Amino acid sequence: MARAVTPRRKALNTALAWGIGLLIFFPILWTILTSFKTEAEAIASPPLFLNFSWTLENYAVVQERSDYMKFLVNSLIIAGGSTLLGVIVAVPAAWSMAFVPSRRTKDILLWMLSTKMLPAVGVLYPIYLLFIELGLLDSRAGLVVVLMLINLPIIVWMLYTYFREIPGEILEAARMDGAGLREEILYVLTPMAIPGIASTILLNFILAWNEAFWTLNLTAANAAPLTAFIASYSSPEGLFYAKLSAASTMAIAPILILGWFSQKQLVRGLTFGAVK
Amino acid sequence: MGQITLEQVTKRFGSTEVIPPLDLTIEDGEFCVFVGPSGCGKSTLLRLIAGLEDISSGVIRIDGTDASDTPPAKRGLAMVFQSYALYPHMSVRKNIAFPMRMASVPKDEQTRRIEAAAKALNLTEYLDRRPGQLSGGQRQRVAIGRAIVREPSAFLFDEPLSNLDAALRVGMRLEISELHERLKTTMIYVTHDQVEAMTMADKIVVLRAGNIEQVGSPLELYRTPRNLFVAGFIGSPKMNLIVGAEAARHDAHTIGIRPEHIDVADDGPWQGTVGVAEHLGSDTFLHVHDTGLAETLTVRAPGEVGLRHGDPITLRPRADQPHRFDAAGLRIM
Repeated sequence: MARAVTPRRKALNTALAWGIGLLIFFPILWTILTSFKTEAEAIASPPLFLNFSWTLENYAVVQERSDYMKFLVNSLIIAGGSTLLGVIVAVPAAWSMAFVPSRRTKDILLWMLSTKMLPAVGVLYPIYLLFIELGLLDSRAGLVVVLMLINLPIIVWMLYTYFREIPGEILEAARMDGAGLREEILYVLTPMAIPGIASTILLNFILAWNEAFWTLNLTAANAAPLTAFIASYSSPEGLFYAKLSAASTMAIAPILILGWFSQKQLVRGLTFGAVK
Repeated sequence: MGQITLEQVTKRFGSTEVIPPLDLTIEDGEFCVFVGPSGCGKSTLLRLIAGLEDISSGVIRIDGTDASDTPPAKRGLAMVFQSYALYPHMSVRKNIAFPMRMASVPKDEQTRRIEAAAKALNLTEYLDRRPGQLSGGQRQRVAIGRAIVREPSAFLFDEPLSNLDAALRVGMRLEISELHERLKTTMIYVTHDQVEAMTMADKIVVLRAGNIEQVGSPLELYRTPRNLFVAGFIGSPKMNLIVGAEAARHDAHTIGIRPEHIDVADDGPWQGTVGVAEHLGSDTFLHVHDTGLAETLTVRAPGEVGLRHGDPITLRPRADQPHRFDAAGLRIM
């Protein structure tokens, strides 16, 4: 039942929503603004909001000093590869948990999530040593695998939630129609779960893109993605806020644009089971 | 061919036995209806035959071959679900084609069968629509079309009409009956609606708590119900069950008289007052109180009867023997 909303109340709600939205977006906005300031303006006190001399110099310097394209390609390969690999592993896992659950399925789900509760640094040494042993340090393949494993619980959880929304009878109908497990997943389940799979891919791509702990610790020159590109502007020569901001802006721009264009899909995906 | 035999089949979920050891044979070409109240195990039994659930013990034979461990895809059966279970992302044409695609039927043969099925089911103009754009009745037809094209050895129907409105239900009931007449393929049909069972079946299997209470043709069950449960379940309105002195007079613990076997007669032996009179035009159902026989006695009087609430009434049971049951509820022969 719709609740009657007075115009005043509606205006208040809108203002509040905008306020919260701006609060969340503010750090990104501030980073973008800072990237157009000179280094002096960037640390001015009181801070300057819009009344500074706009400049593109920081971008020029950043572009000149480091090979943005190389980092971008690494980011694309690592984020894209780990997401793709994750989905390939997670679809059958989520299928089995959603459609042929056992008594322990809930425990398995929780246990999978528990790996996310362990601080990453707790397994840094074992993984680092393993990487040395396998010759995977500073390789994109190594990072694809690690980031896939890091995000796998989330991928499985999300897919599990979407799959649960698909009526089991439709899959049973496919079985009666002569479909084997492969055909059932390929021709019936996956096409029906496309919206869910798409938003899972999107979210995990973003998570993998922004992942900094493992990318910084396991890469050096070859496989370094954009997170390493940002980090390289943070410390060695003291703090250069404006250049750091320019680097950050360049790093998040692709994902920001991707997110902007797919926001409808993302919102639908994230609120799937909740509003049905 | 499509003879299905169940030998000592059981099903347990954990420690609960939902189907106790059960034997049943469904002959080739037969229209067999599983009927019973909800939770009686009729759908489970159908799913066991389909292979969607594994049997806990026993043997299921399809045309004499042990199919107990055969996956559903390989049993050669087709199923129509209560929810239709169409593939929402495929057009009607692709839905119907799906089982043939799985069986690698040649394309032109697929087209031929789709068109034949669509014509038979009045779906020709809807072939390129998605299931979401169809009405409930049309969706059910697509589900039936999808089942027909595989040319299965038997059709399984799981309460296929219960999501349709009453008028459509009667129409689809006839269509399915005609389909059976035309194809002569074995059909197993699950329903909780005894009218569907009576009107469609060659053979009815009445189930209660996983047990077969009686197997027989509709009229056998109507004429000689084996126990009180079947007596009460088959027939509409329900059979009147009378205990006490009147039953003792017939050497029985309980006697049963169908509403259509009691006449309104001025000189009848039973007196009462009308509680509710339901006027259907073709018949009048009278619910009579204060007879001293049962709390309410239901009488089916043909045509229009001018009686109302509170009117006194005299009734006469037909001369032929009432159904007699012993204290355990079993029929006395």
